[in-house]
Amino acid sequence: MIGFLIKKFTLLIVSLFVVASFTFFLMHAIPGDPFTQDKAIPEEILQAMYKHYGLDQPLYVQYIDYIKGLLTFDLGPSFKYQGRTVNEIIAEGFPVSLCLGMEALVFSVVAGITLGSLASFKYLRWQDHATMAIAVLGISIPSFILATFLQYLFAMKLDLFPVARWGSFSQTILPALSLAALPTAFIARLTRSNMIEVFQQDYVQTAKAKGLSSFHIVTRHVIRNALLPVITFLGPLTAAILTGSFAVEKIFGIPGLGQWFVLSITNRDYTVIMGTTIFYSAILMLCVFIVDILYCFIDPRIKLQEAPSSND
Amino acid sequence: MRRFSQICVAMSLIAFSCQSPSSSLKLQELRVNIHTDPPSLDPRKATDTTSNSVIRMCFDGLMRRDENGNRSFGVAQSVDISDDGLKYTFYLKETTWSDGEPVTAKNFEDAWKTILDPQFLSEFASELYVIKNGQKVKESAPGINEIGVRALDTYVLEVELENPAPYFLDMLVTHSFFPVPSHVVEKNPQWALNAGASYVCNGPFHLEQWKHYNTIVLEKNNRYWDKDAVSIERIDLYMIEDESTELSMYENGEIEWVGSPLSSIPVDALPILEKEKDFKQYEISGTYYYIFNTKAYPFTNKHIRRAFSIAINRKEIIDNILQANQMVATSYIPPSMWKYTKSYFADADIVEAKKEFALGLTELGITAKEMPPIKLSYNTNSGHHKIAQAIKEEWSRAFGIRVDLENMEWKVFLDNVNTHKFQIARMGGIASYNDPVSFFRDYQYPNSRMNPCQWSNVRFTELMELSDQTQDAEKRMKILSEAEKVFMEEMPIAPIYFYTGSYMKKPYVKSVQVSQLSDIDFKYAYLEKR
Repeated sequence: MIGFLIKKFTLLIVSLFVVASFTFFLMHAIPGDPFTQDKAIPEEILQAMYKHYGLDQPLYVQYIDYIKGLLTFDLGPSFKYQGRTVNEIIAEGFPVSLCLGMEALVFSVVAGITLGSLASFKYLRWQDHATMAIAVLGISIPSFILATFLQYLFAMKLDLFPVARWGSFSQTILPALSLAALPTAFIARLTRSNMIEVFQQDYVQTAKAKGLSSFHIVTRHVIRNALLPVITFLGPLTAAILTGSFAVEKIFGIPGLGQWFVLSITNRDYTVIMGTTIFYSAILMLCVFIVDILYCFIDPRIKLQEAPSSND
Repeated sequence: MRRFSQICVAMSLIAFSCQSPSSSLKLQELRVNIHTDPPSLDPRKATDTTSNSVIRMCFDGLMRRDENGNRSFGVAQSVDISDDGLKYTFYLKETTWSDGEPVTAKNFEDAWKTILDPQFLSEFASELYVIKNGQKVKESAPGINEIGVRALDTYVLEVELENPAPYFLDMLVTHSFFPVPSHVVEKNPQWALNAGASYVCNGPFHLEQWKHYNTIVLEKNNRYWDKDAVSIERIDLYMIEDESTELSMYENGEIEWVGSPLSSIPVDALPILEKEKDFKQYEISGTYYYIFNTKAYPFTNKHIRRAFSIAINRKEIIDNILQANQMVATSYIPPSMWKYTKSYFADADIVEAKKEFALGLTELGITAKEMPPIKLSYNTNSGHHKIAQAIKEEWSRAFGIRVDLENMEWKVFLDNVNTHKFQIARMGGIASYNDPVSFFRDYQYPNSRMNPCQWSNVRFTELMELSDQTQDAEKRMKILSEAEKVFMEEMPIAPIYFYTGSYMKKPYVKSVQVSQLSDIDFKYAYLEKR
């Protein structure tokens, strides 16, 4: 187990380094820089800006300086928001996205598994068809359309929630629902198909033959096996949902981290592009790492230190 | 399941209790959307509309606009101007900063000299090049004390100008010329980053709270010299980027103002909204135009440039695409800025355009068939795209040539324009101060970074220099009008339309000042019963 963790962790650090390097050079390859404006700046002022932020240095010097900063967890100052550091921007934006993401995640896991299980119990009956129809809608409607629809219905027509903004619990509900729709639908479908498969396994038939109650069969024998693929999906989902969504945050005016992924690129705010990309990569790898560990608790057949082929 | 439904009920109850209905608002509380988080609230560093608007609410310069939108005295109470128009002596009122310290002439001197210090990062520093030696010092010449601004006394400020610029007093209304609290700035260079004790200001409102990318709360500054004129007790500034959401919030009564100049109303909603009584429109001193790269073949020829400009059907673009009552631009300087606006050619005059085109072809020594394909560049945006498509059709039809459209991400586009990698490109500009030179300055010298057309004309440069030396306002305007004539004859740009701003405000919001430069001022605003 320890050996596995060390190996995974080393891989994580190497991957982060590769991501950082690729992003750095790609970002500098796109035309324009943080000080490109429609009202052009006189040359002397532009040069002073470049000098201050070290953009007058050769690219490899800038790269070495950046990596040095990264090793001390210093992501540098924002070019656009003068005086603010990338560390501050992430520290302010991430808790907001995290809070909203957790709400959406809890909702999608609870609702997704419930709906999926329901559909599998009532396989090929109207409940199954209805649930799956809802799931298809959830997967195919983009979050920004759903967000606008929820705003129109619940805020404008029914006046139950505020249209937008961030600050109170009531303001989190509509964005959380918009964010949760896709994963809910996905989890529901995944749960349903796995449950149906597991129901047909011999050991479930045996359990039935032994006269165990349906509740006992589902909780003891079915759910555990059916949820393994769901947990695999949860790793990347958690990373994506916790770091925020550009569309949903923009529509609801939420000061989360999601908008910075896009804003930083349109602003060519180099340090923010780097900071958010590295942060997202780290969270993603961490989530996948946690999922790997979770596997061995849920499915005792998986032994982490062994080669994958011996897991069967 | 029962427990689950109980949780649901409890959550909904919390949700309802968390809502803040507008009935709980006090009478003089205003809620406005400013679209985004201001990048900097330091008057010396701000460059964008959002920062500028918030700074205007918190600061007072030597001059300010009054309730009728006319230029009047702010911190200054009088000014003496020397006969040659080069020296301005301002006598200041005895006013205080929001922390009780006096606002002195030295505060102005410090702020302006800092902006012009080569070490200080200020993207709008060129606005202050009007001050004597300003540009020389910024270009790293030694001697910050050579800059023509001096505090002669606690309340007397002397300013020497590079040229007699009759528009100097108008420039003082803008944020680049506002004072900063030297006593705070010296101790804490990061003073303008957050709300709180360090954000000391001298305007009608002070910064009570600043949650980045969320809300700014301004409260009435009871130490403001003209506090009796200020009725609004509190302004909540929200930062919603999505225009449709902003409009929904307005319709739901969550904000009192939507649209220009702080944000904009979605174009698709304009035809419906303009029938409502809350809807207002105003002229902006700004022009939407296409620039020609005058060093790129075939736009090296002025007749070709003229032909392309004259062939555009501006009226159709305004009526069918923009739909916000913009004005057809057949000159460069907007009519809201001066009385000398005239039409230098007829809109969509295809006969004249064809004549100019034939003349151009003859001078270039080619036939229409030999004309290379023309590339029209613009930044990715559905509005710009629709306009470009319409114009492409008109040009193809009028001249029988091929026009290719090229859209690019904003900064890629700007990079191409600044490095002259274009033939025709979309541009637009709003004057930063109320004078035609605000538009013409960029074209004065061909090598300037600010002149992407790379156009130059000896006569135009002479006229611009002459206008700088002329004090008589009427005479000066005539010189500038002559300069516009030369400019339009040469047509380095094709003007398309003059901007208008559209907004909706609740009927109980009164006396908000929106200037033609698209500045908003809530100093004199008040709310009647909601």
